[in-house]
Amino acid sequence: MKIHVYEKAFLTVGIFVLAACALALVYATVVHGLHLPGEAGRIDPAEVATTPPFDRPGVYQRGEGQYEVVVVGRAWSFHPADIRVPAGAEITFTATSADVIHGFHIEGTRLNLMLIPGQISRNTYRFSEPGEHLLLCHEYCGLGHHVMYGRVLVEEPGTDIPLVQTASASDGGAAHLATH
Amino acid sequence: MASLTSIVLDPEGYDLPAAQRRVLRWTVYIGYAALIAGVFHGLANALSYAGISILGWFPGLRTYYQGLTAHGVANVLIFTFSFSNAFLPLMTARALARPLHSGLLWSSLAALVAGNILVIYAVVGNRASVLYTSYAPLQAHWTYYLGLALVVVSTWLALANMLIALRGWRREHPGQRIPLLGYISVTSYLMWLLASIPIAVEFLVFLLPWTLGLRAEVDPLLTRTLFWFTGHAIVYAWLLPAYVSWYALIPRQVGGVLISDSYTRIVWILFLLLSIPTGFHHQYADPGISNVMKAIHGVLTFGVFFPSLATAFSVMAALEIGGRRAGGRGLLGWIRKLPWGDPSVVAQLLAMITFVLGGATGLINASFTMNQVVHNTTWVPGHFHMTVGSAVALTFMGVAYWLIPYLTGRSLFSRRLALASAWTYTIGLLIFARGMISGGLEGMPRRTFMAEATYSSEAWRLPGILTGVGGSIMFAGVMLFFLVIGLTIVAGRQQGAPRDVPVSRTLTAPAQTGWEPALDRLGVWGAAAIALILIAYGPWLIGYDVVPVSPGFRLY
Repeated sequence: MKIHVYEKAFLTVGIFVLAACALALVYATVVHGLHLPGEAGRIDPAEVATTPPFDRPGVYQRGEGQYEVVVVGRAWSFHPADIRVPAGAEITFTATSADVIHGFHIEGTRLNLMLIPGQISRNTYRFSEPGEHLLLCHEYCGLGHHVMYGRVLVEEPGTDIPLVQTASASDGGAAHLATH
Repeated sequence: MASLTSIVLDPEGYDLPAAQRRVLRWTVYIGYAALIAGVFHGLANALSYAGISILGWFPGLRTYYQGLTAHGVANVLIFTFSFSNAFLPLMTARALARPLHSGLLWSSLAALVAGNILVIYAVVGNRASVLYTSYAPLQAHWTYYLGLALVVVSTWLALANMLIALRGWRREHPGQRIPLLGYISVTSYLMWLLASIPIAVEFLVFLLPWTLGLRAEVDPLLTRTLFWFTGHAIVYAWLLPAYVSWYALIPRQVGGVLISDSYTRIVWILFLLLSIPTGFHHQYADPGISNVMKAIHGVLTFGVFFPSLATAFSVMAALEIGGRRAGGRGLLGWIRKLPWGDPSVVAQLLAMITFVLGGATGLINASFTMNQVVHNTTWVPGHFHMTVGSAVALTFMGVAYWLIPYLTGRSLFSRRLALASAWTYTIGLLIFARGMISGGLEGMPRRTFMAEATYSSEAWRLPGILTGVGGSIMFAGVMLFFLVIGLTIVAGRQQGAPRDVPVSRTLTAPAQTGWEPALDRLGVWGAAAIALILIAYGPWLIGYDVVPVSPGFRLY
């Protein structure tokens, strides 16, 4: 019957389309080096304020054209909230949460992490152009979730980025807002 | 056309005892009531993206996130499972032409009602504004976890009822193939049984004792992983009852036939095998899970796309046969000849069309490269309103247009209003999804009270407005549905209601010899599914060092 010929043809094409999509993923991973965040260590969320590197969140130069941005998320702010990095450099974001689950998404990029208490999140990114991006908490984290954000200012390549450190972020925004 | 085979034991009809029908009727009423309750908050959530807050109009509502919790819990948990708890046992009873177990039927309804009471108590009192994903260490009141656990228990009791009916039937019909409608109904909830175990463990072993003070701390990555262990398969638990309608009932409703018995059974087996070992694709952005595990789940997610592709073929073929029998000619002429005046069919045809977009965006979510751009942006609710929010919801609305008359004996109040509801909802959905999808590509965050956020982006303006406009139109569509169903129940004419479930027939009969009868060995397939789950989750679960670090936070 003709219908079974169509059926086989449709399913065969379907398998090839799915396989092609999967191969595109392999290509993106191998050739373009697009990796997901993976295992980057554990931490006690109650000790974030005294555990390196999170005791001093900030932007650090780790080598020629290499930076590390250390960020702590807590209800309802990022520390630091204003981040300056140069375009073209390899930037590793290392982040964690001191209380509940938060999101960490630099809008307009593929830098997209979950901050989960007890876990260290890490991924690397290279901004190709100068500009400003919002840093968003995109996971619901309580009443003040929609006030939790930061900014990433991408400077011209070669700009001298001063070491930006914030003091250990131990005062919670949550405690402040929750009293309202 | 050659001889056709029925997908039920007795094509002439089977009437469930009136008392059992009544229980099923009340079970679906709970579902549709939850749909209505949830969409009010859906409207508020959508308008918030357009910069408009209507929270002041909700008496007793304290926060946006309380409303968002109500929207998620009512619309994707209570609505879907209440419907399925009634629909699947009804289909099984009809397929096997035998009554259900009254005690189990009542206990399933009782568990559902008790669960609802506890959840309503928790959510209405702002004791559980943790959203339906319930991520620890945000902590809800114990009634919330216990209530949701009872809802899960009600689904298990519904499955037990179907399995008892199946066992009874097998005893009386040794060596026979299971009637197809019964087979797909039972297999749908069998998959859900396996899928629901991790969330039951999450709630009963970790979160409930933690809320009651019996555990000081939990490991948030572990509980989150248990949630998504269930959480991808749960979407198939919502979808498969809709597929039951598309495969087994819609062909009859459009005057077509279901093309193949074995093909249909294989699709359900694939869902049983592949729905569950895919959860890590919801956790691509998570720390603490290796890229290898994520890649394995990504590949399996591509795999579970296949039975949906197969469904597209089978359902379209059934529709085309119906359209051609009604006189449709040419390549696409059959489409015009489909029964576009039948609201039950139209709602489901529109559900299928939107599901094409839902499926395509789902494949993009599974692709971890794109996932990094769209994860937790409004892209994701844009996607799932085209799956559970339309493929499932519109199908359940379409089914209601014959099911409520069938269960009440009253004919549908107004065909025209019902048609208007389906079209309105779909048009609203497409506008809404266009807004959310495009906003998500620009980073617009989901689950966020945008109307009062302290940041914004010019790129989110138009998407936000489309979200608000589309959401409002969707809301109007559901209100029309509510009007039609409400008026049918209280004022429908007491004649002319359908006397039977619209069961289809198949072009190819179930084979009695060869490999096909092995498809009916559900126990073996269930064991295979468990093996695959262990392969996909075992390495992570064994290698993961559980460290309870988080006390509860009530930041709402």
